Amino acid sequence: MDVEILSRIQFAFTVSFHYIYPPLSIGLGLIMVIMEGLYLRTGEKVYETMARFWTKIFALTFGIGVATGIVMEFEFGTNWATYSRYVGDIFGSALAAEGIFAFALESGFLGILLFGWNRVKPIVHFIATIGVFFGSMFSAVWIVIANSWQQTPAGYHIVGEGMQARAEITDFWEMVFNPSSIDRLTHVWIGAFLAGAFLVLSVHAYYLVKNRHVELSKKAFKIALIVAAISSLAQLFTGHHSAEGVAENQPAKLAALEGHFDTSAVADMYIMGWVDKETQTVTGLRVPGGLTFLLHYDFETPVTGLNAFPEDERPTALNAIFQFYHIMVAIGMTLIGLSLFAVFQWWRGKLFDQKWLLHVFAWSVILPQIANQVGWFAAEMGRQPWVVYGLLRTSDALSKTVTANQVWFSLIMFTLIYALLFVLFIYLLNKKIKKGPHEDELNEHRPKQKGMAEVI
Amino acid sequence: MTFLNIDYQTLWFLVVGGVFTGYAILDGFDLGAGALHLFFKKEKSRRIALNAIGPVWDGNEVWLVIGGGALFAGFPVVYATVFSAMYIPFMLFLLFLIFRAISIEFRSKEPMIWWRKMWDVSYSVASIMLAFLLGVVLGNVLQGMPIDSDLEFQGNWLMFLNPYAILIGFTTLFLFAMHGGIYLTMKTEGRLYAKLTILVKRAMILFLVSFSIVTLYTLVFIPHLSDRFKETPALFIVPILAFLSLANIPRLVSKRSYRSAFIFSAITMSLLLMTVVIELYPNIILSTLDEANNITVYNAAASEKSLGIMLLFAAIGTPLVISYTAFVFWTFRGKVEIDEMSY
Repeated sequence: MDVEILSRIQFAFTVSFHYIYPPLSIGLGLIMVIMEGLYLRTGEKVYETMARFWTKIFALTFGIGVATGIVMEFEFGTNWATYSRYVGDIFGSALAAEGIFAFALESGFLGILLFGWNRVKPIVHFIATIGVFFGSMFSAVWIVIANSWQQTPAGYHIVGEGMQARAEITDFWEMVFNPSSIDRLTHVWIGAFLAGAFLVLSVHAYYLVKNRHVELSKKAFKIALIVAAISSLAQLFTGHHSAEGVAENQPAKLAALEGHFDTSAVADMYIMGWVDKETQTVTGLRVPGGLTFLLHYDFETPVTGLNAFPEDERPTALNAIFQFYHIMVAIGMTLIGLSLFAVFQWWRGKLFDQKWLLHVFAWSVILPQIANQVGWFAAEMGRQPWVVYGLLRTSDALSKTVTANQVWFSLIMFTLIYALLFVLFIYLLNKKIKKGPHEDELNEHRPKQKGMAEVI
Repeated sequence: MTFLNIDYQTLWFLVVGGVFTGYAILDGFDLGAGALHLFFKKEKSRRIALNAIGPVWDGNEVWLVIGGGALFAGFPVVYATVFSAMYIPFMLFLLFLIFRAISIEFRSKEPMIWWRKMWDVSYSVASIMLAFLLGVVLGNVLQGMPIDSDLEFQGNWLMFLNPYAILIGFTTLFLFAMHGGIYLTMKTEGRLYAKLTILVKRAMILFLVSFSIVTLYTLVFIPHLSDRFKETPALFIVPILAFLSLANIPRLVSKRSYRSAFIFSAITMSLLLMTVVIELYPNIILSTLDEANNITVYNAAASEKSLGIMLLFAAIGTPLVISYTAFVFWTFRGKVEIDEMSY
């Protein structure tokens, strides 16, 4: 295997593993803010207990997010040095902004969030929680802007030629608000809220099935359900908007998402299917003219197909892209259905009466995780062969001095470490969940909290 | 373009230097505390030592991320060349960063003695290796590396494990161990404190000895690093102040004025890194093949427009970062107290 494919596999692997954690940090961050806010507003101890519990789970995901995130920052330089020289002006500055504005904020206040419960006034601790949450949201801003610039470059010009060519910034705001950044940012944020909400739903559904921590879990479940319901619906809008953006700015990617080959024809939408690259056919459950309709609100307008592009400018993993995209959409729809059904049951007063529904929620935690991963797979694989769409090819972006053997070393290293990390993560997460929220109620050494206790 | 008569490229070089200095002062004591960890034999002592850095180590580590980002954004050629040239050392660095982080996070989560011992060793070894590797990188930057006319590295990574770099690796380790030890004395009491007073003295002596060797070696065998000072003798004040500041540390340590010793340790690091900056400028990575191939603050830099934007970010971001950092340190001031939220 050559250095290109190894570097690509390594990047895909390290970033996919990393991407399990930041969305959970963002999603749990939102939920922690809500829980702690409710505690401050109502003074009810149950909200404090749930907030403290979820803070401990948050700490676990945050730590691994940071460790795997630094890998990503270094990996642009180690494996993709040519890319780094090309986009340093732009991509580098977004990353630096992420560091100075977002990471510093979240990691700074993290200390107080995790360890300051007994050391600062409740309102100060709440501000720390908000700080960590905002920091994580802001971090998403910069990294999505950076990646969106790869997809829909704007606010730049190319300087130099051949080996020395690079992109230089001409307009900062145009770069930041490039055609796809807002769509993709909102889509990523909501994907994160879903990841967090469904983890909370899953854990509390599990407790309810086991008849443990019942009062707390009913309240926590409802909080997460509201987040899940609103988010899953909103995701439909951000997803649709993003797809419209892709149709306009990355037509080759759009064509790959639905397996649309004809140079210019009315395009079908598939509920599910299988793409045969050789015969250029898709077999499956289709809605004739469906994609044309979604894009143009009629059944006549043709959509540009893959054959309109020179063969070396089309993504190659067509069936994979198609499947990943459709899995993401299917999960998105499922999450809407599930959360709306649960809201309906809540309205009828029967939310916690059906054990089967709780079981479904306990398992549903895996769905946003899969959707968040495969959505990115479709987005990044659909951008190929470009690393900066239309400007720089992935195959030209590698580090010239790195050999295949070196990448084998690091790839094996990451595989082993991340396997270990994942096992430990699941083990410790499972332990914390089994232990539950009520284990430290007996601690009364909370001088700053005395005021609060007296009020209650 | 200039600001206060200094061009953007030079300003950004100072910013990057400043961020890495901040990193050394902050994560330096985390790594130092980690390096000393296995000298603490009791469970309680180890927990206290971990919680001394517990609320702040993550924020401290961010300075590395900011530094890397600042390098990528401002001097993409340096970032690209150095990170890919030193591929294996950087990958090992990542390995140890990950292990340091998870060791702290996971260590006290289980009660088993074998679990805690394992993570204690992992934490300490990772911290030691990180300090050492940082020194190795610095040592290689000081010597330069084979860079061709395309500003690409033309060599083999094993060359980075040369005697000078290894020497600087050890020096950095001893410096951080001393710095971390001093930090821990401020956060502990009783027998742990007593033990630390001895460890700090030992680390300090090791640092002074290795630093003296490094200085002599540099003056004799790596003359190009003295060039800047010979051209502008006034600049000698920086390394002289560094020496004076350094000399003050044993005096303060013997008087048990640890807070002041910590401040002077931080000042010494800043002055030493400032000396490095003076030694290198305007070069960042010297080419051992041909001076014409030196990677400088000018040929490695991003566009002036981008640098201008980055300087604005730095101007806005720095006071913010300093204020949250100060607030967190202030919140956790004083001796370590273990509660149910601790590591």
